[in-house]
Amino acid sequence: MLPSTAALPRPRLPSLARRLGEAATGPHGLDRYLELLSPLWVRGECRARIEAVRPEATDCATLVLRPNRAWDGMAAGQHVPVSVEIDGVCHERRFSVASSAHRRDGRIELTVKIHPDGRVSRHLVTRARPGTILRLGPAAGDFTLPWPRPPRLLLISGGSGITPVMSMLRTLCDEGHDGRVDFLHYARTRRDAIFADEVAALARRHPNVHPRTILTREERDGGRFRAGHLPRDHTDCETYVCGPAPLIEAVTDHWDRAGLSHRLHREFFRPPATRPAVDAAGRVCFERSGVTAAGDGRPLLEQAEAAGLTPAHGCRMGICRGCVCRKTAGRVRDLQTGRLSGDGEEDIRICVNAPAGDVTLQI
Amino acid sequence: MSEATKEDIPRLTPEQVEALGAELDAIRQRVTDDLGERDASYIRRVIRVQRGLEVAGRSLLFAGILPPAWLAGTAALSLSKILDNMEIGHNVMHGQYDWMGDPALDSRRFEWDTASPADQWRHSHNYMHHTFTNIVGKDRDVGYGILRMTEEQRWHPYYLGNPVYATLLALLFQWGVALHDLEVDRIGKPDDMGRAERLRRARGVWRKSRRQLAKDYLLFPLLAGPFAPLVFAGNASANVVRNLWAFMIIFCGHFPDGTEMFAEDECENESRGQWYLRQLLGSANLEGGRLFHILSGNLSHQIEHHLYPDLPAHRYAEIAPEVRAICRRYGLPYNTGPLSKQFGTVVRRICRLALPGGRSGPPRRAPLAEAA
Repeated sequence: MLPSTAALPRPRLPSLARRLGEAATGPHGLDRYLELLSPLWVRGECRARIEAVRPEATDCATLVLRPNRAWDGMAAGQHVPVSVEIDGVCHERRFSVASSAHRRDGRIELTVKIHPDGRVSRHLVTRARPGTILRLGPAAGDFTLPWPRPPRLLLISGGSGITPVMSMLRTLCDEGHDGRVDFLHYARTRRDAIFADEVAALARRHPNVHPRTILTREERDGGRFRAGHLPRDHTDCETYVCGPAPLIEAVTDHWDRAGLSHRLHREFFRPPATRPAVDAAGRVCFERSGVTAAGDGRPLLEQAEAAGLTPAHGCRMGICRGCVCRKTAGRVRDLQTGRLSGDGEEDIRICVNAPAGDVTLQI
Repeated sequence: MSEATKEDIPRLTPEQVEALGAELDAIRQRVTDDLGERDASYIRRVIRVQRGLEVAGRSLLFAGILPPAWLAGTAALSLSKILDNMEIGHNVMHGQYDWMGDPALDSRRFEWDTASPADQWRHSHNYMHHTFTNIVGKDRDVGYGILRMTEEQRWHPYYLGNPVYATLLALLFQWGVALHDLEVDRIGKPDDMGRAERLRRARGVWRKSRRQLAKDYLLFPLLAGPFAPLVFAGNASANVVRNLWAFMIIFCGHFPDGTEMFAEDECENESRGQWYLRQLLGSANLEGGRLFHILSGNLSHQIEHHLYPDLPAHRYAEIAPEVRAICRRYGLPYNTGPLSKQFGTVVRRICRLALPGGRSGPPRRAPLAEAA
């Protein structure tokens, strides 16, 4: 069992009072009234208020969040789905929590670096202000430290991949962990090195913490990962690595060659996969039914029916929304407007959308 | 005033109908591209006002022993229910705000403060009514299965009671809407849904409406202790006010003089342009101020609503002049007028059609037939 923080004690309304409250506020429910007093008072949904925005390294900022009582805590290294509204539209992305799992004040911190094509990260870093409300999902991910803590730990990160391992380091320090922890971080330049001061301060207070930062743009050999950067006894370490794919691949190679891949734990930090839009050519996967069909230019509803499925629908002309279903991957083209969708998860009307390349639907 | 009467409706060529469709699509595209913060704050502001009115209304009714408090409480609760049903519920359930991705404004999860369960409403309204608008025999909003609203419905002595049924429907409108989906009038007919399906829907209505009944007629009156009868009466009055208002607005949408009805065979294999044309010819607007439009859920822009049922309704007023200009260019009627005039013609129609015959104007030409 991993230790986790419970942000604040959960209130337990007597069930009769709760039922009366719900009955009196039906059909909308108590939350829809409480949120008008304070958005954090809702009980059925995890939300957080941005308490502070702290600039970190280049293009990077830390958001200090105060979650409401629906927040279930997290283990160091886990990530949370964060939903932010930009120009009226909610966008959801996952971010690793950077703060310690044991913060006394119940706050959590997300450290976000602007991704070049990232509308959400750009918004959070440049536009988020104290007072902004975000919606959070439950923390998830198995890139976590085992319990009891391993006596010898090596944490490796590159760029903004530092956030989950920083959470591990902070958590270990809060726990008074006394085993040696090596912390190897790759940053482009000194100005890109996130948390440099705090890591140094932690190392001063905790003699078991041994940080090393490699500035990849300033090293003569290009500063890529090589075995020489590792502590000599790294084969004895439980190792956690998070960062860009080339770093993780290089580290994986090294551990594989040493026959120690079972001691290496990896978290990929990757931008959302972008797939090219290829009209019609592609495969349509109806994931609930386990049916896959070759896509063509017809509406997805017709293709599902041709594949022998019977999805719910209504008008077949894009007005009633009776056929709306979840697209989990791929792009579609709206046959009425000709517009191409994004390739993330979203609800689409299958009667007026045709696949553009591979598409996965929850049908 | 309608700008063209029935005899004037030109027979558009198929090319003209498709050009009309393309022009109307262009308006949709422009508004869709522009959706954003403004629409999100609008609907949230309306929701805040509605929830505020509801809390204020229910609180004032607890002090209902004082006549001004009872009146104010009943008025606030009536307004709350009207906003909830018309500008919030109806529009959110059309998916007008689905693009926001906010779970509280998701058409598939939203429930409203009325007897009709949201899932049944979405089927009968969003799909049946909006797809088959004014097609006699398919659009069940034509008379709700109880009234004779067009001469195309064959007269029967039962319809002598048309004005009485209409009055009862107006007073009990939320129940008319809730029971509408059970299609009791079709029992034993070839297009009957069957016992099992009717039972399933009836259970849905009961599950939803018993909570509504318990809230308005049990829970809040009991919370008022000795003033229970006053709260009961206030809640009942608010429900009736909402019923009358919704009935008036909704019956002015498709039944004032000048709106067209269609036969099933006219609408087979309809193109998008023809569908647009049918929506234009079958709907009528109401004129009024901004508050009137909001309280009508912008169904006062019924024409725009039927062209673009899933665009945020507060946008209809902005695009109405363009739609009207398009109608003028194609020589199509744009049926609009004040509530008193439009509702007056609806009342006259209900009374007139109680009697046999009932075709008052010249024989209806089918403007869609030419294009088909």
